[in-house]
Amino acid sequence: QQIQEDLNKQLLDNLLSFLSRSHSDFQEKTTKWTCRMKFREIPTAALVLGVNVTDHNLTFRGLSDVLQDNITPYVALLEAKDCPGIKNLMQKLMGQLMNCDIEVDSLEDEDCVQVSQNRIRCSMPSLVSWYESVTKKTDSETPSKKRNSSSRHWQSPPVVVIFKDMESFTTKVLQDFIVISSQHIHELPLVLIFGIATSPMIIHRLLPHSVSSLLCIELFQSLSCKEHLSTIIDKLLLTSRFPFKLGGKVLQVLINIFLYHDFSVQNFIKGFQLCIMEHFYSQPLSVLCCHLADIKKRVYSLSNDQCENIRRLPSFRRYVEKQESGKQVELLTNDSFLKEETEKLLEDLHVYHENYVSILRCLHVFTSSLPKYPLGKQIRELHCACLENQVWETEEYESSLQLARMLNKADLVTMLQQCVEILMSSSGKEFNKTVEKLKEFLTQFQNLEAEASQERDVSVSSQKELQKKTDLYHLQKTLLELKESRRSKKLTKFEMLRFEVVDYIDRLVRKYLVPADKRTLHEIVYFNAATVLRGHLNAAPRTALHTALNNPHWYLKNQALKCDGGGISNKAPDICIVYKLHLECGRLINLVDWLEAFSTVVMAAEEPNADAASSDEVDDIIHARFIRAVSELELLGFIKPSKQKTDHVARLTWGGC
Amino acid sequence: MPNLEHPAYPADDLLHLESLVPCRESQVSMLLSIFGERQQFSFPSIFIYGHTSSGKTYVMQTLLTTLQLPHVFVNCVEHFTSRLLLEEILIQLQNCSGTEQTSPVHCDTLNDFVRLFKQALASQELQDQTLYIVLDRAEQLREMEANILPAFLRLQELTDRNVTVVLLSEIVWELFRPNVGCFEPFTMYFPDYSIGHLQKILSQNHPPEYSADFYAAYINILLGVFYMVCRDLKELRHLAALNFAKYCEPVVRGEANERDTRKLWKNIEPHLKKAMQTVYLREISSSQWERLQQDGGEPGQLKGLSAHTHVELPYYSKFLLIAAYLASYNPVRTDKRFFLKHHGKIRKTNFMKKHEKTSNHLLGPKPFPLDRLLAILYSIVDNRVAPTANIFSQITSLVTLQLLSMVGQHDQLDGPRYKCTVSLDFIRTIAR
Repeated sequence: QQIQEDLNKQLLDNLLSFLSRSHSDFQEKTTKWTCRMKFREIPTAALVLGVNVTDHNLTFRGLSDVLQDNITPYVALLEAKDCPGIKNLMQKLMGQLMNCDIEVDSLEDEDCVQVSQNRIRCSMPSLVSWYESVTKKTDSETPSKKRNSSSRHWQSPPVVVIFKDMESFTTKVLQDFIVISSQHIHELPLVLIFGIATSPMIIHRLLPHSVSSLLCIELFQSLSCKEHLSTIIDKLLLTSRFPFKLGGKVLQVLINIFLYHDFSVQNFIKGFQLCIMEHFYSQPLSVLCCHLADIKKRVYSLSNDQCENIRRLPSFRRYVEKQESGKQVELLTNDSFLKEETEKLLEDLHVYHENYVSILRCLHVFTSSLPKYPLGKQIRELHCACLENQVWETEEYESSLQLARMLNKADLVTMLQQCVEILMSSSGKEFNKTVEKLKEFLTQFQNLEAEASQERDVSVSSQKELQKKTDLYHLQKTLLELKESRRSKKLTKFEMLRFEVVDYIDRLVRKYLVPADKRTLHEIVYFNAATVLRGHLNAAPRTALHTALNNPHWYLKNQALKCDGGGISNKAPDICIVYKLHLECGRLINLVDWLEAFSTVVMAAEEPNADAASSDEVDDIIHARFIRAVSELELLGFIKPSKQKTDHVARLTWGGC
Repeated sequence: MPNLEHPAYPADDLLHLESLVPCRESQVSMLLSIFGERQQFSFPSIFIYGHTSSGKTYVMQTLLTTLQLPHVFVNCVEHFTSRLLLEEILIQLQNCSGTEQTSPVHCDTLNDFVRLFKQALASQELQDQTLYIVLDRAEQLREMEANILPAFLRLQELTDRNVTVVLLSEIVWELFRPNVGCFEPFTMYFPDYSIGHLQKILSQNHPPEYSADFYAAYINILLGVFYMVCRDLKELRHLAALNFAKYCEPVVRGEANERDTRKLWKNIEPHLKKAMQTVYLREISSSQWERLQQDGGEPGQLKGLSAHTHVELPYYSKFLLIAAYLASYNPVRTDKRFFLKHHGKIRKTNFMKKHEKTSNHLLGPKPFPLDRLLAILYSIVDNRVAPTANIFSQITSLVTLQLLSMVGQHDQLDGPRYKCTVSLDFIRTIAR
């Protein structure tokens, strides 16, 4: 689906915009190259990226692409797992550098370079000589050819080495590499980039002072992943551009995984993509989940079955019940009428989304600055709350309105201005009136200011009057009056206006922020199967294994296996029986007892009236089955042979202690 | 101070040499007397050691180049395998002989090396002169094959040529000596530079625009600030170059002349102290420092490296880390008391906890099994946690971040054991 591609592109754009920022600084540094020479320091950028390691790959790929486009063709990405020793590191580095060289001038001596690569000596001097030859070559090339490369790159482009995961490198490798490269810094303009996941202190911990003094480190901090998430949510969910929407519970699940578990934006995106897939796969009416322009065409191509599907939707049934009886019949029997109605409803839904987003933003402007954030600091929390249920019925909403009624004037005015901007920028047609109303509020506030200044004049004059009077009683009386009038008059006007504003906002919220599942046909665009998603994303290997062994019916769907309660059925696979028996044991399990129990369970149903001789001696087949089941359990990691007692096995799972 | 004199070398060369190696005259004259005349056989191997930047490499290099002795200079860190090292020596040998044969050298073993070495020497007019092979950072030799170091020590004997191997290192010879016994090299110690030496050396390369006295005064101030913490010549030179522009500022502006030392001192001293806190520790890089000087801004705006200590972690990762910390620093037998709801003797527990904590912190983290970590995690997190794959993957990602470390073999699947590697302060900030 093209939506997914859009999505990825957006993410990349996001990243690149961030990178270009860090990158501009970076360029600055390379210009200062010459002055750094005498100090023998290697310019180094320390990129602090946060703990979401899974996202880093993408970031680094983006970074190296940008570098290759703008600064230098020589970029090498190194990962700790490839470089256990300095030798491997050099090999990897050389390989990458030479390869990207081949890409640049693939025309001429491709084969000669490749031949020499096989028997090249992986050391710094050979790297230096290679670099010299390469730069010389670009110099000696004909200008027409050179234009292409030198317009993008410099005369002597720096060699950029990126260490993806600084933490995992062994100290010795890094130290050696830095010492070596500092020896050759005159011949080889090298720039290092460290990707750091935790904190920059790691540099000091990994490198002793004698080595870190060879570096000229500058720190670049990337956006925190939480901010990253909110921008993505902002761009993906809170727009009317993508017809697909997430239901409140689903979004909550995704956000919880993000916050509680991995901080990985990429996983969030993947979860989102999974939601899209699941939605289009499971919901037959999801064909209608498309852009507004296509709706008409698609609605008219609906088949009879699909119309029936629409009629079966709970939200649509609710809608039908509200209509008068004639229309009800029409809706339930006439397909073409139903199609028209559906189209209208979908358009309504679309308009609702547009309005929803802008009003949500307005409300966020108000609530995000309140003390203690009753409705959450981030817009995503507000979004979740609004999707979940009618937001104006919640306690938090009440308290936030209370707080909003106590805002001071300056804040209120700026908020109103922000709201006006948001509403102006949104495409909804219904907002003209709202904007006007808000503007009216603003002018009223300005008027208030003017009035206030007038009033101040009045009070000044009354004070003058006051000075004339010397009578104590009069003085007291006028003072009291003055106080009262000041308080009641000046504040009431402002307060009244404030109440009015808050009420107006409240009305807007009630009108536009209706939760989506109250809308008709919301099933088409909203994905609400949170439990399914949770099952997909929160893998629980232990639980799954336990249910498989404890209750084989769950996976095998065999009626015979359906057992009730704690009894051990003998029809279950051997391994299940063994597992259940082992659950009853302590840390050390006696194999003989186990076998006895196993054989009794197996024999129980088979031949209850078997003769005593055969039940005394355990059957060979049963013995073999038992041994196989036990070794399967060992393979799964539930037990292991113990050295304390020879005929016992140790239990490794819970409950052993 | 003994003047350098040696019958074999021209006097003006020696004089030049002396000017190049200040404060190392005695060592140089010693070396010269060991080397003897060009054609004389010298000591087979010489071991020179001394602290960081006490001029070992520099002295050797200037000595050999000014007197134009045939030599090969190799850094052992750079050539990290024996093959690279030997090949590099041979390549340099070819170059210094001037014979333009660029055939790639292949030399895998020491035996090959001796053979090729003899060939290389035979093809040149070097037979009548002593060849010097200088191995810088020789401590790396110990990590190569066992036969490399002894072989280099008696290379003269093995090749039967006039060659001397000079080993430069920062550690003493006793740490080198292999078990099996070997040829004992002539050891020589380069002592640290004293403050007077540093003063003399640093003031030697003054910028041409200013007089030597002016620069010497500056160096004097600089040493006064930094000598307490840093005696590394390279580092001091770096700092001197960085801060000199600031020192000159009043002179450039015309507020003070070059003799006005007191005024200049007042101007520079706080600045240098700031530099000591930031640049010297590499909290901020030197280029940032320079930019700062040009802007004249306060360094408070620039946050150093250690200012960004805050680490953002996901919710459960925090709890995992805390649980790991508890598991590492609390003994197993206290688990029941700390993490079970119903335990008696609270007062005693408190006392015990305090007592144990101090001693445990001195002992460092102890390894703990995975199950214990999870058990503690379940008891410190309020709501129920499902043991999902996410939790397990978080443990491994904590390991890659080096906040936890795995103990024992890495491919041991049953019962992996971990260790918590973060400090109490870190845990405190997380636990907040």
